[in-house]
Amino acid sequence: MRVSETIFGQKFGLTERDLERYLGQALSAGGEYADLYFEYLVTSSISLDESIIKSATQGVTVGVGVRVVSGERTGYAYSDDLTPERILHAAKTAACIAAAPSQVTVAGLSPVARHNLYDLAKPPTESALAERADLVVRADRAARAYDSRVFQVQASYADSLRQVLIAASDGALAFDRQPLARMNVTVLAREKNGAPQRGYAGGGGRVELQYFLQEKTPEYFARDAARQAIVQLDAVPAPAGEMTVVLGPGWPGILLHEAVGHGLEADFNRKGVSAFANRIGEKVASSLCTVVDDGTIPYRRGSLNVDDEGVPTHRTVLIENGVLRGYLHDKVSSRVLRAKPTGNGRRESYQHIPLPRMTNTFMLAGESDPEEMIRSVPKGIYCVTFGGGQVDITSGNFVFSASESYLIENGRLTRPVRGATLIGNGPEALRYISMVGNDLRLDEGIGICGKEGQSVPVGVGIPTVKIDRMTVGGTAS
Amino acid sequence: MNYQELAERIVKLALDEGATDAECTISEGSEFSASVRMQELENLKEAGSRAAGLRVLMGKRSGSAYTSDLSEEGIRQMVASAVELARMTTEDPYAGLPAPEELGALDGDLALYHEDLEKLDTPLKIEQARAAEKAALEFDPRITASEGGSFDSYVGARYFANSLGFCGGYRSSSCSLSVVPVAREDGSMQRDYWFSASRSFAGLEPAAEVGRRAAERTLRRLGARKAPTQRVPVVFDSRTARTLVEHLFEAVSGDSIYRKASFLADQLGRRIASEHLTLVDDGTIPGLFGTAPFDDEGVPSRRTVVIERGVLQSYLLNTYTARKLGLKTTGNASRGLTGNPHVGHGNLYAEPGQKTPEEILAQVKNGFYVTELLGFGVNIVTGDYSRGAAGMWIENGELAYPVHEVTIAGNLAEMLLNLEAVGSDLEFRGSTASPTLLIGEMTVSGH
Repeated sequence: MRVSETIFGQKFGLTERDLERYLGQALSAGGEYADLYFEYLVTSSISLDESIIKSATQGVTVGVGVRVVSGERTGYAYSDDLTPERILHAAKTAACIAAAPSQVTVAGLSPVARHNLYDLAKPPTESALAERADLVVRADRAARAYDSRVFQVQASYADSLRQVLIAASDGALAFDRQPLARMNVTVLAREKNGAPQRGYAGGGGRVELQYFLQEKTPEYFARDAARQAIVQLDAVPAPAGEMTVVLGPGWPGILLHEAVGHGLEADFNRKGVSAFANRIGEKVASSLCTVVDDGTIPYRRGSLNVDDEGVPTHRTVLIENGVLRGYLHDKVSSRVLRAKPTGNGRRESYQHIPLPRMTNTFMLAGESDPEEMIRSVPKGIYCVTFGGGQVDITSGNFVFSASESYLIENGRLTRPVRGATLIGNGPEALRYISMVGNDLRLDEGIGICGKEGQSVPVGVGIPTVKIDRMTVGGTAS
Repeated sequence: MNYQELAERIVKLALDEGATDAECTISEGSEFSASVRMQELENLKEAGSRAAGLRVLMGKRSGSAYTSDLSEEGIRQMVASAVELARMTTEDPYAGLPAPEELGALDGDLALYHEDLEKLDTPLKIEQARAAEKAALEFDPRITASEGGSFDSYVGARYFANSLGFCGGYRSSSCSLSVVPVAREDGSMQRDYWFSASRSFAGLEPAAEVGRRAAERTLRRLGARKAPTQRVPVVFDSRTARTLVEHLFEAVSGDSIYRKASFLADQLGRRIASEHLTLVDDGTIPGLFGTAPFDDEGVPSRRTVVIERGVLQSYLLNTYTARKLGLKTTGNASRGLTGNPHVGHGNLYAEPGQKTPEEILAQVKNGFYVTELLGFGVNIVTGDYSRGAAGMWIENGELAYPVHEVTIAGNLAEMLLNLEAVGSDLEFRGSTASPTLLIGEMTVSGH
């Protein structure tokens, strides 16, 4: 890869020599490490409501972030103007974090060995607009056709192509084109004169438009959203209190994201504020649990060829047979904790400082038959679909909210129940996992993770799991 | 660059390209952020940016685009892109700009911009963060760590022009000081936070005060345990009560109402809450975070009584949702830079009552005082409410012991009717605010 072949070379005249000059300026006040993150982001979105395409938007964002690290200190500045004067000014501003004679020189830049996980013949952003608009029209039609009780459909499609160029004073140079596409369908249904209920489905990934025409079609998402809304029409209040919870495969993997994932992000452990700090080697989950974070799965929403610091992504084992094995690192935490970088340094945009973040976080399959798992529960709840979740990493308390669940009575699924939040404590919750299914599934590609005001796309996955004890926050006794 | 003129010029360019109407927003600003952890400077960030957004109407079709590239080429592309997109959307009979007579801006100084923030030296701002964290760390030996103290500030401006001849702009400033202490006792850890926010540096609470309150809140949580599952009265402190105001906003927003995606749809003029609740949206109060001279489609901000003594009096509307419902805009249009306007709020708050928080707690024999909420388990369509919570158990009117890892659940429609008391402690720390609230009964789920 040569800088002149990237959009930053072609459109803005950027060269390797420029990069070295900017990094030199960034290190001029004595910083130990510096990096540049150039971003050129093109987005588009189309949304339909009441069977009308009400809005269509496209946008372009360009900018560069300059970071300087000195010990545990970080200086950061950015510019949305890629002229040399503005970039040098940003570098000088970021450099102020350090106050010592300049010691470090910029290593010769050389391309890092990155993955090739989403080399698309045609990124979705380059497909014809009419083809993309047709997706939301099809979703609307399918949702309304599913059941006459459906009375509102909102469908949207959004895609983006983010081109990034990362150059670091340790010599790392990486360019990546990161496509991302996603469909969402929200449906309201009601009985005649009854109260409405909502259903939601969506998905996507780092995929071409073809994905929505051949693999996961608008009809697929629309019918699932409509089905959920219809199911909710018969739902009874969720139970309250501690009980056995069985999670279905796929998106319920948000359990892992909240219960253990965030607590293992190394910045929290570097600061000693995570419930998981200094617990490597300890048993924190049942022996049936092996949890990994893997940024290298082709075409997945949470995958990256290189992270936002120019480090190739990895597959990192977080928990192995119940024992805590590793943390997720960015360059700062791996330097401070003297650990190997894991390719988890991510940022929302050029305006943001990288942080250790998850990619695709999931539990490996076990041996149990999912149907057998439900049959083994005399009384409990089976949760299939979730909304969001959140964690307080210091106390370890986490929540995730089920939007489609069923009562389990004498080993059989009976009534659907209304939405309820489940709550647990990270270092304890996974100890109660007594069965792990053979049906690992990754989510459809809808995850957005927020941390310190920064949002990044992520994935989760899980096989069916049975948790003997968890608190369910319903209202029924 | 004169951004107001640029906004007008972009509108004209759009009309030249065949748009029948157009509206352009430009925002520019610079941010500063300093964080200190265990008294050492950790992050320092300083930068500025600007971007423009355009929405065009081609008859009853609309298209939008935005760009951070304000070069001639960048702007030309944005205009072309918005026009192209408008051609592929569907005609919407309700689409369009506000009626010309609705447009306008509030006169007078709304105190949105304070110069004192631009004159502060960086070392002084870092010192604020350090002093706040220091006060927390020194408050008690059980405060053993910290996620840091931060000082953040923003100074910016927003400009808006449309093809009906509206053109306006305003500058604003804001800053905040926050601390997140971590306390440890008997092997278990807890964290909490406190912050102060203001449009001027002079308006911030003293750093030592912010640190002290953060420490007190954190220490209070040590030794927290689960509570048994039961139905009890629940008191929301002002920080968590504010989230109920935010849920109410979603429920009365025109976007939810015309889709019937709210438990408050079709309830105008009806009693939907106890008489203790009066909910007001006021975008005209000088110096507050939800104040602006005009909304994001050029309609002046105003004061709207949403709920008066329990009766739903008004929805919050922009031009589009007002037309859909056969009503008039309430000056609540909101958007980022581009796209069709959504509904936003000004300063949305529950009017304070007579009782102090202590007096409200005193009337609870056995109940839960919520000081933190976790998660997103709120369904505005049905009103179903179920969230993670932490706080203190109330025994005979007094705070007895800390509680965590529980959920509180109910239905917003019932919770509103069950609202038994509103405190006197209204304070604005953002564009929504609420005094302490007492809900007669909710389900606490624990062990």
